[in-house]
Amino acid sequence: MMQKDIKRLSLILLFAPFALWIVLLIILPHVGMLFISLREKVAPRVYEFGFSNYVNFFTEPIYWNTLLRTGSMSLLVTVLALLLGFPIAYYIAKIAGNRTRGALFLMCLIPLWVSDLIRAFGWILLLRETGVISSSLQWAGLIDAPIEFLYNDATVIMGLVYTVILFMIVPLVSTLDGMDNAMIEAGYNLGGNGPTVLRRIIIPYAMPGIVSGCIVVFMLTAGSYLTPILLGGKNSSWFTEQIYDQFITRYNWESGAAFGFVLLAFTSLVIWIGLKLSGQTLNSTVARS
Amino acid sequence: MIMKLAIAGLLATTVMAAVPAQAETLRLLTWGSYAPDELVKKFEAKYPDITVEVTFSNNEEMIAKLRATGGAGFDLAQPSHDRIFAVQQEYNIYKPMDLSKINTSAMQAKLLEGVKANTTIDGEVYAVPHQWGTSGLMANKTMAPDIKAWGDLCDPQYKGKTSMRLKRTILLGMAFDMGEDPFAAYADLDKYQSILDKVADKLISCKDNLKAYWKGGDDLSAMMMSGEIVASETWDSTAYKLYGENKDIVFVPPKTGALAWIDTFAIPRKGEADDAAYKWINFVLEPENVKIMSASTGAIAAVEGGKDLLPDDKKAAVNAAFTDEDINNLKFFANIPAGVEDMEGKTLEKIKAATGSE
Repeated sequence: MMQKDIKRLSLILLFAPFALWIVLLIILPHVGMLFISLREKVAPRVYEFGFSNYVNFFTEPIYWNTLLRTGSMSLLVTVLALLLGFPIAYYIAKIAGNRTRGALFLMCLIPLWVSDLIRAFGWILLLRETGVISSSLQWAGLIDAPIEFLYNDATVIMGLVYTVILFMIVPLVSTLDGMDNAMIEAGYNLGGNGPTVLRRIIIPYAMPGIVSGCIVVFMLTAGSYLTPILLGGKNSSWFTEQIYDQFITRYNWESGAAFGFVLLAFTSLVIWIGLKLSGQTLNSTVARS
Repeated sequence: MIMKLAIAGLLATTVMAAVPAQAETLRLLTWGSYAPDELVKKFEAKYPDITVEVTFSNNEEMIAKLRATGGAGFDLAQPSHDRIFAVQQEYNIYKPMDLSKINTSAMQAKLLEGVKANTTIDGEVYAVPHQWGTSGLMANKTMAPDIKAWGDLCDPQYKGKTSMRLKRTILLGMAFDMGEDPFAAYADLDKYQSILDKVADKLISCKDNLKAYWKGGDDLSAMMMSGEIVASETWDSTAYKLYGENKDIVFVPPKTGALAWIDTFAIPRKGEADDAAYKWINFVLEPENVKIMSASTGAIAAVEGGKDLLPDDKKAAVNAAFTDEDINNLKFFANIPAGVEDMEGKTLEKIKAATGSE
């Protein structure tokens, strides 16, 4: 009897931090936000229940254009991160020796020790018109006048890829690590060449890692704030900036909360479509890697 | 048993929190540079039982922070004078001030009366002035001698060499530049919307002429010092700082008048250290402390002779920028009525989203 109680107690104690985390930090704030997003302001300190905040989003082209723009740029960032991250992950997991593997992994991790903000400022110093790259190109005689690399969408995308690529590499390395080298050798023995082996053996095996990496990267990019704001130019609106403006500069928490839910629904939808297209499930990807 | 222990622990902490501690804490919510270390140390030396905790912020974030808690978490805030009236009506986050506890005789009478008029609700005063400054233009005299008005930022001869912050200041400045009086139109929001639409068209067509929108004093300074831009919309204090390093960079009050703001003292509704707050207000109004404050902020204190209490280099910068005529031409920000933030926010979004030919 005593034994059973202790077992039960330890179960409860182990479960408690998780339950508290989920309820207090995830569920409760979202319920609060949902509640706020369904309030309509009719007069100072007077509110009514209604959906007008959501209706406003769909009737104002600026808002959904920004969301679509954010979504498509995030997809582009995800694809680029995958294209760049896959070879790196493959090299770390399969080609590098045991000792260099740790060192390489560490080198990928190091940029993460510095905050997003500092890294963005680093890019600014490099890319601005009077920055390191522009002036060294001038010094080398390759260009005559200073070039502005900052303040455009290409810079934003590059900055974002740089920020999130690690989250692509880590799941890929861990999936590829579990792959038996014999499978690759067998592929070659059976007459496959490089591309065939990659397409028919390595990629299908790495699929869970690819999908989970893509999910994390897409979510992080669509929800990022600092990099697009600091590196972006006159025309680069980002949806999170829209949410910030609603909350902070326009004192309009109601529509800010509604925008937050729209973003959540949109990213969830994109990921659902992605999972359907790749034939994976959440269980087979995120849970495994 | 564990439950009991936990409850006992919880009780113990609540009891401890409820008993007023000997040492008082003054939680100050203010602008960057509005609480220089030197001054905080001096204050704590004068009042050893008070410790000062400073949080740096800006108008919008101050209000958002106080609104989130209904006015708790801070004991003294410093929003601008136009951010009190409507905000208080709507969110009720400040408490009335007890003017008898403030050395109002030290304050410059005109500014004090102005702020009182702006922030009185039902006979109660909600704020007193602290420092004032202006928003206007900044130009590098050698490279952009013709910058005189807000609209000159859109002058094609400076294409790709100007900047502005995409916030309400430029909307108002541009409206004055186009011969409108936006503050008068606050009373008639339809009229104000039509002004905003005109301003938006102007700023959208101007977009091509700008290098980038600046977001804070640091990136503005970097662009200006490196010569990447030659003129910009600016806060005067940023321009004064740059003048100290490069005498060619001056603050230019636009010919339609620089826009003036007054940063105030207001006490949050659930502030817990009112006495300490009043002590801080009176302390920073003392002439020798005004000097330390103005050296740090670059803004002029709202005390009699405030300009003379600026450090020499800042005084030189002010004199290089303003004539007496410019001072008389100042346009003080009018109270923002409810709803205007939303209209302005929409206009700013429209401008940001409009794609130029870039």
